Amino acid sequence: MSGATAAGRGDVLLRMSDVHVRLSGSHILQGVDLAVRQGGVTALLGRNGAGKTTTVKAALGLVPSTGLVELTGADGRVHRLSGRRTHEVVRLGVGYAPEDREVFGGLTVAENLALAERRGSAHHHDRVFELFPELRTRGRQLAGTLSGGQQQMVAIARLLLNDNRLLLVDEPTKGLAPLLVAEVAEVLARAAEEVTILLVEQNLTVVRRLATDAVVVDQGRVAWSGSAPDLLADADRTRELLGVAPSGGHAA
Amino acid sequence: MSTFVLLAVTGLGLAALYFLVASGLSLIFGLMGVLNFAHGAFLTIGAYGTWWAAENLPGAGDGGWSFVYAVVFGVAVGTLVAALVELLLIRPLYERHIEQVLVTVGLSLALVALVRAIWGSDPRPFPRPAWTQRTTSLLGAQVPNDRFLLVATAVLVLVAVLVFLRTTRVGLVIRAGVENRSMVTALGIDVRKAFTLVFAVGGAFAALAGALGGVYLGSISPGQGTSLLIFAFIVVVIGGMSSITGTAAAAVLVGLVQQFANYYAASGVGDLSVVLLLAVVLLARPGGLTARVA
Ligand SMILES: Nc1ncnc2c1ncn2[C@@H]1O[C@H](COP(=O)(O)OP(=O)(O)O)[C@@H](O)[C@H]1O
Ligand SMILES: [Mg+2]
Repeated sequence: MSGATAAGRGDVLLRMSDVHVRLSGSHILQGVDLAVRQGGVTALLGRNGAGKTTTVKAALGLVPSTGLVELTGADGRVHRLSGRRTHEVVRLGVGYAPEDREVFGGLTVAENLALAERRGSAHHHDRVFELFPELRTRGRQLAGTLSGGQQQMVAIARLLLNDNRLLLVDEPTKGLAPLLVAEVAEVLARAAEEVTILLVEQNLTVVRRLATDAVVVDQGRVAWSGSAPDLLADADRTRELLGVAPSGGHAA
Repeated sequence: MSTFVLLAVTGLGLAALYFLVASGLSLIFGLMGVLNFAHGAFLTIGAYGTWWAAENLPGAGDGGWSFVYAVVFGVAVGTLVAALVELLLIRPLYERHIEQVLVTVGLSLALVALVRAIWGSDPRPFPRPAWTQRTTSLLGAQVPNDRFLLVATAVLVLVAVLVFLRTTRVGLVIRAGVENRSMVTALGIDVRKAFTLVFAVGGAFAALAGALGGVYLGSISPGQGTSLLIFAFIVVVIGGMSSITGTAAAAVLVGLVQQFANYYAASGVGDLSVVLLLAVVLLARPGGLTARVA
């Protein structure tokens, strides 16, 4: 089937080619090349400070970059994201959950969700409240007074509220208790049945549970990319690339 | 007792002027990160716009509805100028805060110079309705009515802004944008549309302060806005930089302290005590009175 007319499972949804980012004088991304396949979960891996967050921000236009970023639309057309402003990228169906959640602490939970209702999209409050009933009962609570886990629920709820084609999720399990880590992984696994995910994640158990593909960045460049199960099956390579060994062989 | 009441109400009138100028400043700073030094010029434009309308526009004048008409004209001109400044000068320098501040400083000098070139530097008598010059007795004091006009207008503006911020979608975007602008754009919202609105509305309030300041002082001069701006900035800092309710509380504090110190110590001590107040508040609460926007 020709990729020009129909975007199907396995075709490239997001492509970044030779992306460079310079921030306050330092050359942070030095020519990132990566492709995210439609229909899977691509894990974006790498040591602290490797450039994972910056890669995600460059795709969204949250940091200035050079190079090419492209997203395949629902109609199979390829949209050039480079040079677009962030809100325009997002309106193409890109959801973003940032590393530090960035919920609006001075707004209530209900206001945080209302703000996330994107125009041009249906708003699936029922889906969100089914996954996170707490967000309904805590609607009038200020988001700043929620626990870290509850704030992460708000951040993920913002992703699932709208119809998205691609979710950019940056370290969603960071700092969470083990039980919550499993819960977040479960929610993302369910979301992945309907939407493509680019997932930055340090917890390799979660990666093993979710990821179909993996991209490893190191010092602002892509050091490895391929199948996630293949990478995790190779303990030596994982240790060499990430500095940690994959734990156990079983998903959480 | 009657002196105390008169001083208190006059201090509140002054606070009303500070609030009208500072509320726009604090919203602009909170949402856009811009310290708008041209804000005093918007006040001057509002004052001269009202004065010009009262002198020249048929139907406008210094009594009743014709005065309201003149004020509406002055405020409209101030709003328009503020919106144009945002669209033509601030927007192209988006995220370049130092350049933006320099532009607003330059603009403030240029606009005041322009007013001076057209109408001269001498104070002009300001048209004011006769009833504002009469007094009403309050707890034994004879309080000039213009004080009540100032306070009532400021309270009305405060309530309107709070209702807008708390009940409308744009208000929600503004509150969120003050907290974390880039996350608002990452939700698919074009936050820059709110920038123009906030600038225009801030300009409108400053222009209104210009007209009311004219009523209060009885005359207007080109440099008036710029000198009031310094106190408005102090109010913004004490109020927590980006909070409307904090700004209102800080305006009351500054207006009262200034008025009482000027009377009970010596003229001029009031201005000094305001600076002292700023230092005390910042030492006790480095973030200002409050950090929430509404
Ligand atoms: N705004 C910035 N200015 C300068 N350096 C930055 C900035 N943001 C991130 N960096 C640097 O860029 C590198 C990559 O950061 P980041 O993308 O956050 O890494 P990761 O998410 O992989 O931990 C780090 O060395 C970090 O210190
Ligand atoms: Mg990171």
